Amino acid sequence: MAENPPAIEVRDLLKRYAKANFNAVDGVTFSVHQGEIFGLLGPNGAGKTTTIGVLITSVLPTSGSASIMGFDVAADPISIKQRIAVVPQMSNLDRSLRVREILTFHAAYHGVPHREREQRADALLNELGLGERKNDRVNRYSGGMSQRLMIARALMHSPDVLFLDEPTNNLDPQSRLFLWERIRVLNAQGLTIFLTTHDMNEADQLCGRIAIMDKGRILVDDSATELKKLIPGGNAVELRVRLSDSSNGTGVLEALRALPGVTKADELDAGAPDPDGELGVVLYRLYAEATPALVGPATQAVLLAGAQVRDLHVMQPSLEDVFIYLTGRHLR
Amino acid sequence: MTQRHANRVWLAANAFLATLRRDLVVTRRELAQFLLQALIQPMFFLFIFCKVLPSIGLAAGNFASLLLPGIVGLTELMAAIQGVALPLVLDLGYAREIDDRLLAPMPIWLVAAEKVLFAAMRGVIAGSIIFPAAWWTLGSRYSVRGDRIPELIGMIVLAAFAGSGIGLLIGTMVKPEHISLMFSLILTPLLFTGCTYYPWSALHNIRWFQVLTLFNPLTYAAEGLRYAMVPTMRGYVMPTLPVPWVLLALVLTIVLCFAFGVRTFRNRVVS
Repeated sequence: MAENPPAIEVRDLLKRYAKANFNAVDGVTFSVHQGEIFGLLGPNGAGKTTTIGVLITSVLPTSGSASIMGFDVAADPISIKQRIAVVPQMSNLDRSLRVREILTFHAAYHGVPHREREQRADALLNELGLGERKNDRVNRYSGGMSQRLMIARALMHSPDVLFLDEPTNNLDPQSRLFLWERIRVLNAQGLTIFLTTHDMNEADQLCGRIAIMDKGRILVDDSATELKKLIPGGNAVELRVRLSDSSNGTGVLEALRALPGVTKADELDAGAPDPDGELGVVLYRLYAEATPALVGPATQAVLLAGAQVRDLHVMQPSLEDVFIYLTGRHLR
Repeated sequence: MTQRHANRVWLAANAFLATLRRDLVVTRRELAQFLLQALIQPMFFLFIFCKVLPSIGLAAGNFASLLLPGIVGLTELMAAIQGVALPLVLDLGYAREIDDRLLAPMPIWLVAAEKVLFAAMRGVIAGSIIFPAAWWTLGSRYSVRGDRIPELIGMIVLAAFAGSGIGLLIGTMVKPEHISLMFSLILTPLLFTGCTYYPWSALHNIRWFQVLTLFNPLTYAAEGLRYAMVPTMRGYVMPTLPVPWVLLALVLTIVLCFAFGVRTFRNRVVS
């Protein structure tokens, strides 16, 4: 057997639209392995939609190359179209057709035999919870249902790679969780998934690998865990401490700061009442390279200083923090 | 990796036919609406110009036989133009429902070709149903020669494709916010300079206008249909534009509109 080609391979991709004076995509290189969930994270206007556009053959690259399952997108769009499916940001469902027909016609365009497409349509509609409304018109569908229908449609021709452009942008929280769950299930079944998002939580929850994109360039490309390690001393432990008569806040802070491995210790919200309304509770944040090792010593230090630990947790930096660290700007 | 069909011609032909089938299914659902839309205007034209006006002495009785080919040509052309232009303007503007077919495994030009073929079919149907409708409206004034049926069919088909070609060009060039402008700026001049209501040869007194009408494809459709439809009346043969010119102009319209239309279509869907 020949070695599997990467699901997506992009080399030095550059796109400058006619009449534009900047590159929408400015020399981007990355690859996505088969079976991965790959996320392109970045603010609006970063070039994510253009990148996806090149991969789904609706945007022609100015230079550089892109291929899917070993087929070049510019040279062989028909082979690409057979192997990909796209769930766009906005609904582009065929409103002249009934819900079930949207699926069966989509499969027919892709040459799926009659009996197979009928069976698959019913199976997918049931799987996505649309089975009871399969003869509706789409204009009776809510945003979440349209989204699910677009996913069902995308799966009708058994693609190798599924593209989702800002999939949960306009969804309510419940639909969003449902969608995330579906994406995980599909991926577990072997589908390669490429999604763009400006929601770092979404990228964090779903993607095995994330490329952070800004101003047409990919800044970093790694797993969420690795990306978070980019922030030096970025891990922290937060402690809520109840001070007693025999202790004072400064003493506790000094004790914590003296612990081995601590690079920085802060007292936050000093004097503010506890969320439970209790007074005399202080929040401390300790920064260190290896935070889990701090849990024991920190608790002990607080006790020795004559105070009590009410709550302790290890803080993880978010991808938002990574983005801020890399660009100096917020994601939105 | 799923096994994929490797024969591109089969794939493209299959996608093309499925797309055509989709359009036919949708049209069948709104068939009554489509027929009504196609028939109302020509029926009124025929009634007013061929029944009312001659009855009150404002038009000659045999005007019907001259007008009918013009009405057939106009109806066809308009049905074909609108059959492709309106859906395309909306689709390319914002609905993007066509994305589904653009992502089907067929070349982009074939998606445009399907639109053109389908709109031409609408044109042929709209033009053809004028005949029974006219027969019913005009009664004894209905007169169409029966010895040029192949020519008639040929003209009907050519006129329909000319219309859908123009429709492709309009549909890919007009923005949704300019739809009403399209009607007044493109369709109205097309309607009145197309030798629908008058035979071309009769314009010799207004030479500049006669020349102007030659830039309108509808002129050739109407004149070609006159050639195939107007009977010899008391030994008088109605002069029309020479048939070779008619054919050349219609074929040229189809080829040029399609070539440019596919280009603008591609520019709209691939950036």
